[in-house]
Amino acid sequence: MPDSTPLLRIRNLSVDFTTSSGLFRAVDGIDLDVAPGELLAIVGESGSGKSVSMLAVMGLLPWTAKITADEITFDGTDLRRLGGPARRRLIGRDMSMIFQEPMSSLNPCFTIGFQLKEALRQHLGLNARDRHTRAIELLEMVGMPDPERRLKAFPFQLSGGMNQRVMIAMAIACRPRLLIADEPTTALDVTIQAQILDLLTGLQNDTGMTLILITHDMGVVAETAERVCVQYAGQKVEDQPVMDLFDHPYHPYTAALLAALPERATERRLPTIPGTVPGAFDRPTGCLFSPRCRFADDTCRGISPPVQPPALGRARCHYPIGATTPQKVTQ
Amino acid sequence: MLRYFLGRLLTFVPTFLGVTLISFAFIRVLPGDPIIVMAGERGLTEERYQELSRQFGFDQPLLVQFWDYFTGVLQGDLGQSYVTKKPVFDEFFTLFPATLELSLCAIVLAMLLGLPAGVVAAVYRGKFFDRALMSTALVGYSMPIFWWALLLIIVFSGNLGWTPVSGRIDLLYYFDDVTGFMLIDSLLSGQSGAFLSAVRHLILPTIVLATIPLAVIARQTRSAMLEVLSEDYIRTARAKGLSPSRINGLHALRNAMIPVITVIGLSVGTLLAGAILTETIFSWPGIGKWMVDSIFRRDYPVVQGGLLMIALMVMIVNLTVDLLYSLINPKIRHR
Repeated sequence: MPDSTPLLRIRNLSVDFTTSSGLFRAVDGIDLDVAPGELLAIVGESGSGKSVSMLAVMGLLPWTAKITADEITFDGTDLRRLGGPARRRLIGRDMSMIFQEPMSSLNPCFTIGFQLKEALRQHLGLNARDRHTRAIELLEMVGMPDPERRLKAFPFQLSGGMNQRVMIAMAIACRPRLLIADEPTTALDVTIQAQILDLLTGLQNDTGMTLILITHDMGVVAETAERVCVQYAGQKVEDQPVMDLFDHPYHPYTAALLAALPERATERRLPTIPGTVPGAFDRPTGCLFSPRCRFADDTCRGISPPVQPPALGRARCHYPIGATTPQKVTQ
Repeated sequence: MLRYFLGRLLTFVPTFLGVTLISFAFIRVLPGDPIIVMAGERGLTEERYQELSRQFGFDQPLLVQFWDYFTGVLQGDLGQSYVTKKPVFDEFFTLFPATLELSLCAIVLAMLLGLPAGVVAAVYRGKFFDRALMSTALVGYSMPIFWWALLLIIVFSGNLGWTPVSGRIDLLYYFDDVTGFMLIDSLLSGQSGAFLSAVRHLILPTIVLATIPLAVIARQTRSAMLEVLSEDYIRTARAKGLSPSRINGLHALRNAMIPVITVIGLSVGTLLAGAILTETIFSWPGIGKWMVDSIFRRDYPVVQGGLLMIALMVMIVNLTVDLLYSLINPKIRHR
């Protein structure tokens, strides 16, 4: 559980983007602990800041992003103070990331083999023959048929699923301790999605690496994750082990998300959450979910909700569902 | 790959036919009669005029003239200059190396400076360096070439005396043409100082000729790089922990090169067509000056043959560009 020495520890992470019309807050005060070997899912709608927060950890945000945090440590290393060269020694080796669009995430001008071996040379300093052997081994690990020949292929000669396998092979090339998978299956066919998820969880089992799975698909969460963080409008609104979360969501947003799952529907018409995620200029005061919340009252609309204790799913809510008495915990 | 190459080669045929026709027609549309021009102020008798007309074949219908010219071209005969009586083909290949040498030097200089400038400007977009580079490029692009050339001559040749004013090499040196490239021939001649003299003669015309392509390449590289730098695969490269120089110089630049190669190819094309102003100002014995002189003399065979040869060179450059595309972008190669 997250209370053992975390591999990744984030405190009060915020990311602002400079836009032509002012600052836009994409991530708003996220706290997160990820234990070694854990499989954590981060769930949220588009624009909930789930990708941005992890890109911030990796240091991959564009220059328009302004990152502030009280703490971002990876295995005791303070990532905030890490200079360029030191960070480049870390990312791609100890922590790596795969992305949503496998087709555009690989460089069209270079072969699979070139791009795969590049990471091996960069971090492990292997010679050409060892790189070749390891590259084939990696492609076999991700279930790529005929790896020897595939090394010479260009990304556009492979399917999306195959390219995502290449991305995964590249990400695990240096045996990372943390792999962040940013919606790895969103751009793929449904049948391929399951294969890729199986591959990721299988690799996690075999290598013992920590896996953070960013997704908007509650079905994926249910099948794969051990723990779930739910994000809404840049804030973490709930954080629970997956079974507990499905059994008993404390935040009304989580509850509404779960109610919208087709397999959980009890009526003919699927319940939806009215309204949309607030944008840059319509951020409500108080609870960010209050305009769309069934239970919201004047307190919710006026005062930012506290974070409830772990027993209440760390819900960022004035009135967590099922709490015996409406309690206003101040932390 | 071979199919791609042959396909490109096939497009030569209609282009070649078109250029042959246009170059033939072009000079004849211009007012002026070559015989009258040749006769000069003394004039000539009606009889002599008719005789010369017959001799040059002007008494034939245009279509017949074209057919004669065209069949000649197919046999590799571009005709003789009315003025020098030498075969156009020979004249072209005597003068073309001078133009080619200057053009190559200019385009190499433009690439050596323009590509890094564009990359650096894109990487530091919006910063002082970017603005300074791009403003300079705009100035270079807008500079009237003749004025810029004269300015350089006044400063570097006149005031400082560092570079010669004109020509390809000092008169002190004499050696036979081997390749036609002064840089190579001067080395082959073994005469001490000849090579250095050739280099010194090249400096100013190269700078002048490189100015516009340099500005174009820098700006094109910058905009292509900006586009590529926001691509997903650049983020992947960064996620691998690669160094910025490798990301910008290899992963990004290779992808950005396609549009850049296009403008480089276009620039080389225009340079080969004869940098008329530059060649005139520096008395550079290339084809630009040759073409202009021939037009004034209404030297039909030289104009139509010269145009055809220049077009051929430009077509070869375009073919090279097409092949480079496929080398840089495997997607084209594997189509």
